[in-house]
Amino acid sequence: MQFVLSAPGLHWSDGWFLLQGALNTLWVTAVAGTFGTLAGCVLGWMRQRSIALRVLTTPYIDVVRSVPLVIQLVLANSFLSLAGFTFDTFWLCVMVLSSSMAVVTSEVVRAGLASVPANFCRSARSLGMSGLQEFIHISAPLALRTSFAAWVGLLLGLAKDSALVSVVGYVEYMKSSQILITRTNEALPLLMGVGLFYFVICYPVSRLSVALERRMAL
Amino acid sequence: MIEIRGVRKRFGDIEILKGIDLDVHKGELLCLLGASGSGKSTLLQCINALEPIQGGSIKVDGVDVHDRRTNLNQLRQKLGIVFQQFNAFPHLTALENVALAPRLVGGKSRAEARELAQKHLEHVGLGIKSGLLPSRLSGGQQQRLAIARALAMKPSYMLFDEVTSALDPELVGEVLDTMRLLRSEGMTMVVVTHDIAFARHSSDRVAFLQSGQVCEVGTVDEVLINPSNEHTQRFLRREQRA
Repeated sequence: MQFVLSAPGLHWSDGWFLLQGALNTLWVTAVAGTFGTLAGCVLGWMRQRSIALRVLTTPYIDVVRSVPLVIQLVLANSFLSLAGFTFDTFWLCVMVLSSSMAVVTSEVVRAGLASVPANFCRSARSLGMSGLQEFIHISAPLALRTSFAAWVGLLLGLAKDSALVSVVGYVEYMKSSQILITRTNEALPLLMGVGLFYFVICYPVSRLSVALERRMAL
Repeated sequence: MIEIRGVRKRFGDIEILKGIDLDVHKGELLCLLGASGSGKSTLLQCINALEPIQGGSIKVDGVDVHDRRTNLNQLRQKLGIVFQQFNAFPHLTALENVALAPRLVGGKSRAEARELAQKHLEHVGLGIKSGLLPSRLSGGQQQRLAIARALAMKPSYMLFDEVTSALDPELVGEVLDTMRLLRSEGMTMVVVTHDIAFARHSSDRVAFLQSGQVCEVGTVDEVLINPSNEHTQRFLRREQRA
């Protein structure tokens, strides 16, 4: 007796399935990257400004930075289910990825702000600028220049880390190709395709960042 | 007029200023001399409230600088300050450096602010450098840029905090020339300096500070030529030997 799978080889229709996975990867990265960066900027600014806020937020930062993302995803999924919340899987993934992105971004932002020499702030204030004006026109642009490259690195990391969200059942690119590998046994071409896809996404981003850095050079 | 009365300033346990009394009259150039650590720079930073004080009062044109109700952002427009480190904003061109505060604080339009900035850059001899970033300017040019930036706010007083100390010797002259130019235009100036020659030739009055107190204050003749205070005498002898 013999089992015959209905479609063992790769088909053109599988392309559509992979494309969906790829779009899911891009989408979850873009949304989590945006939320995470915004939250990270606020968090980093708060931690730079006030010692109390720094002490208060340190446990959260330490936990999120030290616990592997896979475990955070599984735990968040389990706890939220136990607590009776029904989340769309996509938003669960966005939440966990954003929180991780926010934490790493906040440290980059804090370091960037700390690297702005106090003399520039004094000069700006001595000209009559308010604290907010000084921040917007002097500290923030200078901090951006020192943290930009590190932030791009975080964003590329996030794009690749997003492959982990399959553990809670979100079918992104990596997962969709694994499904196809299981069916077709065509591991090598599929994985090469996956690698190429991540490269195609990340390479232009890093080139763009180099160009931007050059434009911002002092 | 700047009226300084009994000003005390502490950093932690160390008292830097121990009751300073000093007046700065309209239109004069007052030089503050004294050894390193005598509190000259600190006093200057207290005048525009970049540093808080623990006792006494400082009044600028009758406004108490360290009163909590004083609008400091408004008051500081009257008091231009130039620091030892040039502090030109490194991400802005020379023109933008000068134009920023008139636009943000002075409420000028972008075009007005740029025009004003160009005028002030030309005044200090940097007209052709207006499009350059500070990293492309020499130390002396950056310091003149800082002077133009402060002048663009139309201050009534200019405070100079050892503005030539971080400069290569051959660049000192151009900055001092700019200061003499301001002096000839009647600007009221308080100049913290180690440059005795500049103090002798350009100031109306000289004040000598020693460990947080004013030892001696008077005209150039009184303080630099015939000092009566022994600290001043010793300081001048040491400086002349150096």
